[in-house]
Amino acid sequence: MMLDPLLLSRLQFVWVIAWHILLPAFTVGVASYIAVLEGLYFFTKREAYFRISTFWIRIFSVSFGMGVVSGIIMPFQFGTNWSRYSDATANVLSPLFAYEGLTAFFLEAAFLGVLLFGRSLVPRWMHFFAALMVATGTLLSSFWILAANSWMQTPAGYELINGRFFPKDWSQIIFNPSFPYRLGHTVVGFYVTTAFVVIGVAAWLLRRNRAVTEARSMLSTTLWLLLALVPLQILLGDMHGLNTLEYQPTKLAAIEARWDTGSRVPLTLFALPDQAHETNHLAIDVPVLGSLILTHDPNGTIRGLKEWPRDQRPPVAIPFFAFRIMVGIGLIMLAVVLIGNFMRIGGRLYESRAFLKCCELVAPLGFVAVLAGWTTTEVGRQPWLVYGLLRTSDSVSPSLTGTDVALSFAGYIIAYLIMFPAGGLLMARIIRKGPDGSPAQSPVVGGRPGEPIHALPGSPREDRP
Amino acid sequence: MTIDLVPIWTLILGLGVFFYVMLDGFDLGVGILFGFAPDTPSRNLIMNSIAPILDGNETWLVLGGVGLLAAFPLAFAIIIPAVYFPIAIMLLALVFRGVAFEFRYRDAEHKTFWDHGFSYGSTIATFAQGLVLGAFIQGFQVDGRHFAGSSFDCFTPFAVVTGLALVFGYALLGAGWLILKTEGELQAFARRAGRYALCGVIVATVAVSIWTPLADADIAQRWFAWPHPLYLAPVPLLTALFALIEWRALSGRYGEAIPFIAALVMFLLCYLGIAISLWPYIVPRSYTLWEAASSPGTQAFLLIGTLTLLPVILLYTGWSYWVFRGKVRHDIGYH
Repeated sequence: MMLDPLLLSRLQFVWVIAWHILLPAFTVGVASYIAVLEGLYFFTKREAYFRISTFWIRIFSVSFGMGVVSGIIMPFQFGTNWSRYSDATANVLSPLFAYEGLTAFFLEAAFLGVLLFGRSLVPRWMHFFAALMVATGTLLSSFWILAANSWMQTPAGYELINGRFFPKDWSQIIFNPSFPYRLGHTVVGFYVTTAFVVIGVAAWLLRRNRAVTEARSMLSTTLWLLLALVPLQILLGDMHGLNTLEYQPTKLAAIEARWDTGSRVPLTLFALPDQAHETNHLAIDVPVLGSLILTHDPNGTIRGLKEWPRDQRPPVAIPFFAFRIMVGIGLIMLAVVLIGNFMRIGGRLYESRAFLKCCELVAPLGFVAVLAGWTTTEVGRQPWLVYGLLRTSDSVSPSLTGTDVALSFAGYIIAYLIMFPAGGLLMARIIRKGPDGSPAQSPVVGGRPGEPIHALPGSPREDRP
Repeated sequence: MTIDLVPIWTLILGLGVFFYVMLDGFDLGVGILFGFAPDTPSRNLIMNSIAPILDGNETWLVLGGVGLLAAFPLAFAIIIPAVYFPIAIMLLALVFRGVAFEFRYRDAEHKTFWDHGFSYGSTIATFAQGLVLGAFIQGFQVDGRHFAGSSFDCFTPFAVVTGLALVFGYALLGAGWLILKTEGELQAFARRAGRYALCGVIVATVAVSIWTPLADADIAQRWFAWPHPLYLAPVPLLTALFALIEWRALSGRYGEAIPFIAALVMFLLCYLGIAISLWPYIVPRSYTLWEAASSPGTQAFLLIGTLTLLPVILLYTGWSYWVFRGKVRHDIGYH
């Protein structure tokens, strides 16, 4: 049989998680943005903040729903395709997944209804509080999932008995060596991604001269915010890199396409890594810069991949290019943010159609950067699922045939190709209506609602005497 | 000496699965009946009756899956790959159902398509869950800590019967819900549909109850070895009694809440029957609850959070149902 269940299971997982990660990349950011807007509205009572918040809450409700549906699929993947991984790691990792479900999921679910449709039903402070709780919920969700992922990258606080991991110290398991850096880098990455979507939408509205007050406010506040977030993200990325150098040297060597150990190593800007011959073709190197950036010391030593047996090395080309895509996008973002804030001088920010067009074009780049960064860290961990301890090839369910996985994979491909364009279309429609559109509670026409009204607490109350 | 947490986790997980069956069960059942509804206004009304609580109900599925992984990881690692296709089919059907639900409101031009998507999605997801149940009762081919059979093993005639049983069962719960939430013609439709579903449930339950002990000597022993019938007999007898009550309730003899409640009691009794048949196994005939349990440290760590958060979740769920109590009407749209 030509079909390999291991390869197909990996591709299937890539497919379902790559689509899924786009949603938290947006909802985590937008939930916090809504909380900020609700706070601004609560304290300043400016109507513009109210309209902007209502607009983003509508978009949030669609993306959150898609996140829930695509999220239901994720835990079952561990069982269907990665049963040996589940058996080996469940004692350590399952409580982290379960706590994600318990705390974050229900904190979001409990306050989401109030946030989405309770505006006219609850006091103002409670609406603000609900927004804060939903934002906290999305952050707690990230906390637990990234704790579990980080543990697989840099395992700690466990003991290994007969090939299975058992917990010894929960605080070491959760706060494992790479967790603080990964959490910071990922959450700020999500914030930056959302912020670029916000300035893209604001620019789109400004170019059409619609909802000018709201769009200006969105663009201006977000550009200030990005002036802090983008440099912070670069700093966090650097710290995350130092951590990878210490705990996951093979990943770092693959990212830099470094085959030989040495000090004063160059920074390879571009190359075609050749895994079989352990060398790079067409390399463009900047002398000494590699050591300087990676170790903060021009004489710093970087270990090359040749120090490890071939069967313990990750594929080099994928993390190498994915990392460069991520960093490249980061630099483009930095340029846009600096130019945008510079253009405030003389009030050209809202006038320059070229800059506004540029904001629209870069709006989706954050998602590409998130996917590239995620690819770097996950492929860079290979051939391990738990770094240095459990191989990916030893984790797949033993009963699966290639045909089994090919069939299910085809099903997931079709389902996601329906769900995601459909959801995207819905959000595009909401954006086209703009923040000057109708309020969240659409009037009911002819016995059916124009669109689902996610009312929760108390909306039928109005009809009761 | 540490406390044995396995019974506590068995209870929590058992309750979790029952809550899922009760909550998502009736909204899947409403989805099944949705396809048979007489006209568009009744379809809109049916949809509005479950709209506010749909998303919340499906979160129990995640907690059930992750709960099994956390409390009985070995069972998770053997059972889930063994029901590879039913799980994949169920997930895909739920995704499609969710999309169809959102779009029937927002994409009026293709409403018929989304309506079909919603009812087929509900029916297929339910049937797939029934396949899982059938495969679970029949047991799995196990080698060491792995499932050793083929991914197609679960498609047996027995599993098809349990699949149909669950479709009828959820439809019955759905009918009970609609009787509670609607009035007039739509309620009359729900009562008729409920009677058909009840006939299906009775036939399928009797078939499963006869088939299971015939196929499995241990289960036959459990039910029929003297003096077991003496104290196990109430389970089938009560089930029969509640089937009768259900029939009369569907015909309008008792209050409007009785069809839903009696159907739930029937579910609970069948659930109890399965538990009696399989106790103390979680991977039938291979691993007991204790053998498949996660380490005491894992169970204790998760128990702390579960015991604080689960009551809050239950209170919140109860409260949101209370808020949406009463009949749905044509002029109120919410979801």
